[in-house]
Amino acid sequence: MDPGVKKTAIFALLVLFVSAPLFVKNDYFLHLMILAFMWVVIGSAWNLLAGYTGQVLFGVAAFFGTGAYTSGLLVNHLGWSAWWGLPLGGVTAVILAFPFGWICFRLRGAYFALATLALNEVMRHVATIWESLTDGMAGIMILQTFYAPITTPLGILSSKTPYYFISFVMAALSIACVILVTRSKLGYYLLSIREDQDAAESLGINTRLYKMISLSVTAALSGVAGGFFTNYMGFIDPETVFSLHDISIMAILVGIVGGVGTVYGPAVGAFIMVIVQEMFRTGVFGLLSSLAEGTGSGAIITLEKHISSAHVLMFGILVVLVIRFMPNGVVGDWGKVAALVTPCRRANMRQEAGE
Amino acid sequence: MELLLQTLVSGFLKGGLYALIGIGMTLIMGVMGIINLAHGQLMMVSMYITYSLFALFGVDPYVSLAVSVPAIFILGVAIQKFFLNPLMKIDTILPENQVLMTVGIGMALTEIMRFIFTSDYKSIQTSYSKTTLLMGNISFSLPLLIDFFIAVILTGALFYFLKHTDTGRSIRATAQDRDAAILMGVNAERITSITFGLGAGLVAAAGTMLMPVFYLFPDIGGPFTRKAFVICILGGLGSSVGAIFGGITLGLVEAFGATYIGMEFADMIGLIIFFLVLLVLPGGLKRITGM
Repeated sequence: MDPGVKKTAIFALLVLFVSAPLFVKNDYFLHLMILAFMWVVIGSAWNLLAGYTGQVLFGVAAFFGTGAYTSGLLVNHLGWSAWWGLPLGGVTAVILAFPFGWICFRLRGAYFALATLALNEVMRHVATIWESLTDGMAGIMILQTFYAPITTPLGILSSKTPYYFISFVMAALSIACVILVTRSKLGYYLLSIREDQDAAESLGINTRLYKMISLSVTAALSGVAGGFFTNYMGFIDPETVFSLHDISIMAILVGIVGGVGTVYGPAVGAFIMVIVQEMFRTGVFGLLSSLAEGTGSGAIITLEKHISSAHVLMFGILVVLVIRFMPNGVVGDWGKVAALVTPCRRANMRQEAGE
Repeated sequence: MELLLQTLVSGFLKGGLYALIGIGMTLIMGVMGIINLAHGQLMMVSMYITYSLFALFGVDPYVSLAVSVPAIFILGVAIQKFFLNPLMKIDTILPENQVLMTVGIGMALTEIMRFIFTSDYKSIQTSYSKTTLLMGNISFSLPLLIDFFIAVILTGALFYFLKHTDTGRSIRATAQDRDAAILMGVNAERITSITFGLGAGLVAAAGTMLMPVFYLFPDIGGPFTRKAFVICILGGLGSSVGAIFGGITLGLVEAFGATYIGMEFADMIGLIIFFLVLLVLPGGLKRITGM
């Protein structure tokens, strides 16, 4: 795409996103958008460490959950507003990231990935076992700030509107953060570490330091997202926020479906994955259940019964398929995707090339 | 004193099975340089095969080794051949694509088993499940004792295979230097498939032998995958001898943790060891023994 078109497209999208809650009052739609924005933040965070620095992170939930619990614990133990959890969640996640990075950056490649997986599990166990602090499996319940419809000069808005704008700003800021990093000298250091760590080191780059910086930014962004999650959902427990499948693997999927090592990849991936997840959770948005009722077909009834429980299976199959056939994601393999959608364009391109 | 000895014995016996799980993982790691994050899930599938044979036909778990091990061997070969080998040729940014692939496969296996068998806990009650042999005041669980001996035999057979057969030598050569092995005429793709199959077969044996004393549900794979990599890190990556030490160490530590600290910490202790080894002894026991 040429830069002018790209800029206009991004501007149009921004305007669309900002104005959406004014005319769309559907709570469910806003809920999906909020989730997607939250995943843009987590996906971008994951992408910075995995896509740009080449250190694959299997345990983003460790930082996400730390942020979420920071928020919840502030309310439960100190009586502060849960909104403090946004900045402080980022801070505690970074505090967790420091000793972890110090120990585990001596590992490379898949072994580092495993260490992050272990961190994920340790944090989940800690949150479960340390009942005096976290209430264990019972979880933490907080009072949401916005729960009633809001009356404004522009009309009555859904109670989700504030969350919508906050998550939107977070998503925009995290993308801006990735752009800022990748265009700076730091971004080039990170890329050089991804391409060849030994070569980078021999050129005088302090790889440990820059990997730590990358990890810290990732942890901070994930922690903020976690803090937001607590505020928005009002309830957290170890199984939700430290979940390996629903957070850590989902973050990886958001990254690889959208495109690893691309700025907008995780944003695209977030929307795709949230839609896919909801499709399975709700049985293609309730379409299947109405079909089952309407037709009375046995096959559809069985499908409808099982599809909602099959979303993890679909995640697994999706991982396998995406890695096998589209390893660079929608954004990275855009040529392939476009060719799939418009077969005639490919023929045209061939013709042009032939001339 | 008795409690101490008892803990020692049960930890050691369990460690034999852990060693079997760890060797399977470390073999795959050594040859392909990847971590098989579907390892525990393969074990879980093998456990379900054992369970079904027992529930449907009344086959003794130890007899069903003859079915579950070949079945998982074939499954492992197929996974390597159709899912992992093709990835070698694709050029991507992330070199860890194969590891991610095993995660996906593991998730799919878990959910397929949940689909078939539901999430309920299953277990096998054999006539000897609760049999114990007493030596003084120390009790030995009979199934775990049998498991330990079979594990020793299987490990011995594996070492013989690796040292003294052509295929075994090719596997070791590929682990040492893949490119050189290919130049020497080793069919690396075939060797990787066989290796993955072997690793899967070993963990399948461990799973089947655990059945008489353990319970089963679809999510059991994940914890065992984590145990497997803790064992490998403890023993030194890619070292089979290290995996034996690692397995027994983990068995002992878990037993002591459960007895003296608390049952709920058993899982976490393994992970804490993992970090401690990284901190104090990076490279694992391989660094000390040199094997």
